Amino acid sequence: MSARIVAIASNTFREAVRDRVLYNLIAFALLLSAAAILVGQISIDIERLVVVNLGLTAVSLFGVVIAIFIGIGLVSKEIEKRTLYTVLSRPVRRWEFIVGKFLGLAGTLAVNAFFMAIGVFAALFYVAHAFHRPDGWILVALYFIILQFLIICSLALLFSSFSSPLLSAVFAFSLFVIGSFAEDLRGFAAMAHGLTRWLATAAAYLVPNFSTLNVISSVAHEQPVAAQLIVYNTAYAMLYAGVALCGAVLILEHRNLK
Amino acid sequence: MNPAQRVTLTASLLLVMCLAGSVVFLRRLDQVRKEVTLEEVLYITSPKVLKRMSLGYDGLLADIYWTRAVQYFGRRHGERASHYNLLAPLLEITTALDPHLLVAYQFGANFLAPSPPNGAGMPDRAIRLVEYGIQNNPDDWHLYYELGVVYYLEVKDYAKAADAFDRGAKVPNAHPFLKILAAQMAQHAGDIQMARALWATTYQTTQDKQIRANAVAHLRALEVEQEVTVLEQMVAQYRERTGQWPSAWADLVAAGMVRALPRDPTGRPYKLAADGRVQVEVPDDIPFIAKGAPPGYQPPLPRNLESKP
Repeated sequence: MSARIVAIASNTFREAVRDRVLYNLIAFALLLSAAAILVGQISIDIERLVVVNLGLTAVSLFGVVIAIFIGIGLVSKEIEKRTLYTVLSRPVRRWEFIVGKFLGLAGTLAVNAFFMAIGVFAALFYVAHAFHRPDGWILVALYFIILQFLIICSLALLFSSFSSPLLSAVFAFSLFVIGSFAEDLRGFAAMAHGLTRWLATAAAYLVPNFSTLNVISSVAHEQPVAAQLIVYNTAYAMLYAGVALCGAVLILEHRNLK
Repeated sequence: MNPAQRVTLTASLLLVMCLAGSVVFLRRLDQVRKEVTLEEVLYITSPKVLKRMSLGYDGLLADIYWTRAVQYFGRRHGERASHYNLLAPLLEITTALDPHLLVAYQFGANFLAPSPPNGAGMPDRAIRLVEYGIQNNPDDWHLYYELGVVYYLEVKDYAKAADAFDRGAKVPNAHPFLKILAAQMAQHAGDIQMARALWATTYQTTQDKQIRANAVAHLRALEVEQEVTVLEQMVAQYRERTGQWPSAWADLVAAGMVRALPRDPTGRPYKLAADGRVQVEVPDDIPFIAKGAPPGYQPPLPRNLESKP
């Protein structure tokens, strides 16, 4: 990987840390500790279920919010503050800037998710007093959440490359909501006819499918995740993030920054 | 080609390739998820909880759950599943979110009550669902009709069926047929004609494709039942006249008892057995037949698709 991309990625990571992004971990830790203690006192037999559901949902939502709110400013703020000109006046290509920013943000989110995962397992150990084999599937759910972050980061970057931060946030969040209902969109498409069916099917394939990356409920119920699902989800998330990144590169490449 | 053009070309090519690849993998994911994921689990089963979680957007959520119910039934019906555990909760959630979604009640009455693989085999849940629909839509005669049909065809409780039709007949703008049904119920309970009339009305009064197809299948089965009865009577008459069973339909045509080769609703000729029985050629193509199937015929068994019933 180009040293320039690594430099941009590490600066993006440092900038996020400096922006006190990782402070969300405190809120997350408080939430999980309170849930673990409370659930242990008020419920019977669903402590594990609640901790896994709540923990993984929090990892996902905290990450998505961070990805959107940092991602939307990655390009537009650099243009607004005119720091992008300084970067691009050096031997840095525009596509390298986009890829570096993406990797930096993805890295920030992965580190964030790693600490949160420790919190989830700690809370799980607190309520269950031991780890069991099916708990391993929680790691798969966390991996899928990170794949989700990759898609969100790339989309936020794509919108940031041509739109204002506010609109980018609206677009990215809307796509996250639509993508979470992607399978229902496919269901509607299957029930439609003629041109509507084609259009709805095309839209269903064009929006990111986040529902396929969400296995939180099944791992909470100790259901295994098929190996094929892991492979296909990985390929899908990488390719989809690739689409959005290529879009961002194309837009920035042709954008008049003068 | 300058570096900017090279980047544009490479990024464009990559974009198209990644997009095509993502569609390919999404289609594969659809296949994998069908087999391995949460098809048989509904994590939030409480309609009340879902209504609260919808934050007031319950109409949209009802539409989503309605789509899920139809998709679920369609898929499992295609697989000839032995049970439809999620159909009742999905319909109950749908109607709790939108109590005026009439088609959901009609769908429930038609597919919750019959036994698998044609339905969920839950007439009690179907009755409860339709009664809930009546409670929320007391002026819609279709719901009383559906309730009567469930009592008549599935529960065989003709008194309750008559009561449902009678209640429906009193609703403003009710179909006049309801009054006739209520009146004739006691006299003609169990008749083929009555069943035919019910399925014909179901066909005429719904727009839902699956409900219509189900009504057509039942009407075909009743047609076969009627035709086989008449044809077997003719064969018996032929035997009385000649002292022997006819060897083929040509014998009955020659005797002037039938005009042409009799055919079933699929267009295939009826088979005439050596002992005078009349049978359809491919019974699998005419579901629900009570008469006209070869001796010992077992309709295709529903498939148990779940590891955990």
